[in-house]
Amino acid sequence: MTRTPLLDIANLCVETASRDGAPGRVLLQDFSLDILPGEFVSVVGESGSGKTMAARAILDLLPPGTRRAGGSIRLSGRELTTLSARQMRQVRGGEVGMVFQEPMVSLNPALTIGRQLEEGLALHRDYNRAERRDRIIEMLRRVRISEPAKRLAAYPHEFSGGMRQRIMLASVMLLKPKLLVADEPTTALDMLSQRDVMEAMTDLARDEGVAVLLITHDLRLVARYTQRMVVVEKGRLVEKGETAQVLRAPSDPYTRKLVDSLPQFQAGKADRGADRPPLLCVENASLCYEGRAGWLFGGAPKPVVHEVSLTVGVGETVALVGASGSGKTTLGRAVLGLKALSGGAIKFDGLDIARMNAADMRKFRRAAQLVFQDPFSSLDPRLKIGEVVGAPLRHEPISAFARRLRVETVLSEVGLPGFADQFAHQISGGQRQRVAIARAIVSWPRLVVADEPVSALDATIQRQVLSLLQKLQDQYGFACLFITHDLAVVGEIADRVAVMSEGCIVEAGETQTVFAAPQHSYTQALLAATPPLFS
Amino acid sequence: MTRFRHLHWNALLGLALVGWLLATILLGAFWTPYDPIAIDLAHPFTPPSAAHWLGSDQFGRDVLSRAMLGARISFSIALGTVALVIALGTMLGLCAGFLRGWTDRVLMTVCDAVLAFPGILLALALIAVLGSNKSSIVIALSIAYLPSVTRVVRSAALSIRERDYIEASRVAGDTQLYTIMRHVLPNALPAVMVLATSLFGWAVLSESALSFLGVGVPPPAPTWGNMLSDARPYMEEANWLSLVPGFCIMLTLLGVNLLGDALRDYLDPRGRQ
Repeated sequence: MTRTPLLDIANLCVETASRDGAPGRVLLQDFSLDILPGEFVSVVGESGSGKTMAARAILDLLPPGTRRAGGSIRLSGRELTTLSARQMRQVRGGEVGMVFQEPMVSLNPALTIGRQLEEGLALHRDYNRAERRDRIIEMLRRVRISEPAKRLAAYPHEFSGGMRQRIMLASVMLLKPKLLVADEPTTALDMLSQRDVMEAMTDLARDEGVAVLLITHDLRLVARYTQRMVVVEKGRLVEKGETAQVLRAPSDPYTRKLVDSLPQFQAGKADRGADRPPLLCVENASLCYEGRAGWLFGGAPKPVVHEVSLTVGVGETVALVGASGSGKTTLGRAVLGLKALSGGAIKFDGLDIARMNAADMRKFRRAAQLVFQDPFSSLDPRLKIGEVVGAPLRHEPISAFARRLRVETVLSEVGLPGFADQFAHQISGGQRQRVAIARAIVSWPRLVVADEPVSALDATIQRQVLSLLQKLQDQYGFACLFITHDLAVVGEIADRVAVMSEGCIVEAGETQTVFAAPQHSYTQALLAATPPLFS
Repeated sequence: MTRFRHLHWNALLGLALVGWLLATILLGAFWTPYDPIAIDLAHPFTPPSAAHWLGSDQFGRDVLSRAMLGARISFSIALGTVALVIALGTMLGLCAGFLRGWTDRVLMTVCDAVLAFPGILLALALIAVLGSNKSSIVIALSIAYLPSVTRVVRSAALSIRERDYIEASRVAGDTQLYTIMRHVLPNALPAVMVLATSLFGWAVLSESALSFLGVGVPPPAPTWGNMLSDARPYMEEANWLSLVPGFCIMLTLLGVNLLGDALRDYLDPRGRQ
């Protein structure tokens, strides 16, 4: 049975537009793709591969400075590239809906949810007020927003990231498009919200017979939700086919690399010797945030971490896992003495960090280091890489020459020899994260707190940064508190794992034990939400 | 590429204008065509001519000579004001924005209280107390502008202190003062530079306004501001009297702004190739 495709993209090219008409840099080359009605297809690639360009070109929403240089895009047999701006507006929303990556900024914070959902309906469809309201409530119910009638008057900030993304989905699906383009819809979300959004999206699309074009870098989502996939690398389409087939037997070397760079879920790390002496002890630690500040007095404190206990042994890697808002980042900061506890104690090498004298504190500052999630905000844009990496050595009693030598050694160790005179904006995200790691290890630390160090990176880069961290850990023997929401990463690197939910550690133990037989319902939910590549 | 060349030309023009101004001030210190305050009642309102290149005013004083001397006084008042207000405002703004808490609350409340007065009115009152001379004008204008500078620097510091590299600096064991000087100040610099150049313009204009209200630099010493206000009654019959100081102010502001922008771009490592 052959059906006519709903969307048929043929030989699409996108390039940067130059003012004087000279040929621009090619961003997407000879891209062809067809989607049948009701089919789920994914475009896979890393950042900068051109996958988003492909999605945006369909709706004629290319970013300024880029233009379509050739090819055709047909929707239900109608050529989209020759439509007027006015006709294109009819297609957008009405026939093709789009969900973007950032749920935090794609809803207008000044309007209620109800108003925003109504806008599209009023523009594209002829319903009266009551009908519109009924449809909106029905749609919110279907994307699993509880008590939808009450929530219509709520503003976006009253919802979590995952809920906002589902509301976005509702607003798009209200118009019953034939095709839904989802551009990294869950990248900014933690595992559980990610699954909620994907499930809501696929259920709705299946019920309504809507085709889905999923743009993503996450092969696990591709494996779980789509029937066919295409892989783009540097603007070239390198492989296309049935999802299961491509993932099992990738024919292109780049696809193979992508598949291989996925963390091998549940592999479990070989234990490197039990009974380590404890380095870091968190004892019944509680933390509060100051409430909204009044003019003179702070508001009521808001508890974020509640009586948490945790031990990290010398040279050990402990993963702290939890959804966003579970308090894991706050605990990580407290461990470094950056946030004051409201109860309990944190001991490093037997000394309470809140009561250290100045000399011990200086020692502790050198011994405990931090790697951040966001490689773009963690490096001062006004300093050279060498200065950034050398900063923790400022308090070491060594000569300027020795310091420079040390910086250069560490930069080579993280694979960036000779980068000392570059500025942060001149290097890529993965390289920036290497610089951040170099800064953390330059002072021979005994503990490194890594706060989601690979969440902002592409899969292949993630892989490299993770193995770099492990290599350095073997070499330096530092202990690592690895904060993450990605269980698959945990399985690979952590000796022990602690699961955090709503400010409490709900489960802790050897990684393999916890993964094999999760005791707490939250851990079970987390594990279930991490889709294996092959089911 | 075109943008870069564009910037480059702007910078050159700014440099030329400011250079010209400085040269004029320097020359004016040693030599002017006539004595700027010598009254020659026989030749009032001479239009620009070979004898008086830019004409003479109602008392027969040479406009070119007055504009040259006025350049020094106006420029030094504006420069003094900008230097004082930027130094103090940056310091206070960085403290308020970076330290938050009580420091911030107290500083901002005082700022708001001062901001509640119209700037010129406040300067007027201060001059009434301090007396009408160059240094009291500088002090009065500085106090009037201080709250807005503090606020702008504070907001820059507020956003910078949330960056991860500030936390990295804490982890490295740096003191707060070091963190401010090493990380917060350099990153707040673009905002400070823009502010400084626009303030320079405001200071020149405010000095004119104060002269206009009769509390500026006392006559007979010329400033661009009091030349402008003296020229007001003769706008129609002797327009060069207002055009000369007007153009002086305009070209100076243009030059300072262009130079300021170029300097800001040059100091930003992201703009350098």
